[in-house]
Amino acid sequence: MSKIITKNLNLWYANFHAIKSVNACFEANRITAVIGPSGCGKSTLLRVFNRMNDLIEGVRTDGEVLVDGENILGAHTDLVELRKKVGMVFQRPNPFPLSIYENIVFGERIHHGFIRRYELDEIVENSLKSVLLWDELKDELKEPALRLSLEQKQRLCIARLIAGKPDVLLMDEPCSTLDPQGTSRVEELMRELKNNYTIIIVTHNMQQAARVSDDTGFMLLGELVEFGKTEKIFTAPEDKRTEDYITGRYG
Amino acid sequence: MNMRKLKEFIIEKLILLSGLASIFFVILIFLFLMKEGLALFNTIKVSAFLLGKSWYPISEPPLLGILPLILGSLLVTAGATVISIPIGVGAAIYIAEIAPGALKEILKGGIELLAAIPSVVLGFVGMVTLVPLVKNVFHLPTGLTALSGSIMLAFMAMPTIVSIAEDALYSIPKNYKEGALALGATHWQAIHRVMLPAASSGILAAIMLGIGRVIGETMAVMMITGNAAVIPQSILVPVRTLTATVAAEMGEAVVGSEHYFALFAIGIVLFIISFIINVTADLFLHKRQ
Repeated sequence: MSKIITKNLNLWYANFHAIKSVNACFEANRITAVIGPSGCGKSTLLRVFNRMNDLIEGVRTDGEVLVDGENILGAHTDLVELRKKVGMVFQRPNPFPLSIYENIVFGERIHHGFIRRYELDEIVENSLKSVLLWDELKDELKEPALRLSLEQKQRLCIARLIAGKPDVLLMDEPCSTLDPQGTSRVEELMRELKNNYTIIIVTHNMQQAARVSDDTGFMLLGELVEFGKTEKIFTAPEDKRTEDYITGRYG
Repeated sequence: MNMRKLKEFIIEKLILLSGLASIFFVILIFLFLMKEGLALFNTIKVSAFLLGKSWYPISEPPLLGILPLILGSLLVTAGATVISIPIGVGAAIYIAEIAPGALKEILKGGIELLAAIPSVVLGFVGMVTLVPLVKNVFHLPTGLTALSGSIMLAFMAMPTIVSIAEDALYSIPKNYKEGALALGATHWQAIHRVMLPAASSGILAAIMLGIGRVIGETMAVMMITGNAAVIPQSILVPVRTLTATVAAEMGEAVVGSEHYFALFAIGIVLFIISFIINVTADLFLHKRQ
């Protein structure tokens, strides 16, 4: 089932044409990787899906992005609802300067005024369990989140996200600040999470895309050059530019 | 070669000297203040000075209780703080987060201009505009009240509070805000749930420095608070502050009299208050880094 569909999506930063006529289907319960050299528009594409580009002045889009069949680019889109459904993990882990506990229940607190303590406790436990942090952190939930290691912080950010029960997880280079062990553990986590979520990951690490993703899209200079099953993109790419990129001729 | 080394040596020592000079002068001022001020306590008990309810320095014998003055200072400062914190922090949030580019620069310039107004000018403007207004609004016999002083001093504390609080808000990592918005927070939720807590120590430091500015202010309060050295029963009566007392009476106190020593002792009290406020602000600022 297609979770996100883009139809003729274009995006401009003032006069710079950053995304050019992108057409793609992102399937539910799969991991889709978007790869490409720096500046190719892959992060921008990701940020279209939860409208984070709205923060930048002078951004203009046209075309359609359907999430569950609804175009989210319209002026009437409820951004709060959209971002609850389509969550994002950033390149640099960004836990808030609050306790571990308060980080995870942040979404609950802003979306529902009063919640019972035991419900919050349950959310914290479940979220931390699903990112495999519960055993490590269950005794220090009141500690400031900024004390955690980078990898723990990134996991916490994922936990904070899934506490709000989104459908889609957008991951913008989620491992680029982690060491190899941290990276492989977060990748392991992604594989586990895909049963319940649609995951789209942007990475410039081709090996990572090959390891974790089911589908891959290759972007170059704002164009989606090729999109298909990961195996196929990495073994038998149709486009010459894709082949050049994955064989390391540039990028 | 030797010439160059000598030059280097001389410059280094000159810089060292100017560094030491500032400390040296602070110590000198402090010692002088102590020498003159502590002499008072040969004749009066510390408690009678700090808690005495009457300030009649030229009666016979002089009554030198500064409780009315301390309360006057605290009342004016508290009033100014209550007025300037919400407006100052609100302005800082607006400038740091909401104002569009051009307006932001205009507002920052305006705040700097406000800081540049000499206090005697503020006092003068307050005297001819604010004082009659307070008098008419509250139907008072005189508009020279603690409230008038508080409002005027709030204007003086505002630039300090706004610029330091704005700096604190600006310097928190941008990704806190992004993270909050990406979780579906509204702009205001991101500000008050994430950004304000993250900037809290800087904002507290801003408030403390604003208070420090207010409590040491002399000219404007002397002009518009009425200078009645009585224990204030409300904010709508004339009061006299510690600073205004020293400024107004130092010229006429006989050198070496109890009155003269008492004014220096007031200086010590002010010194201690400012010192505590500055140290507190410093602690908040360091906690931030």
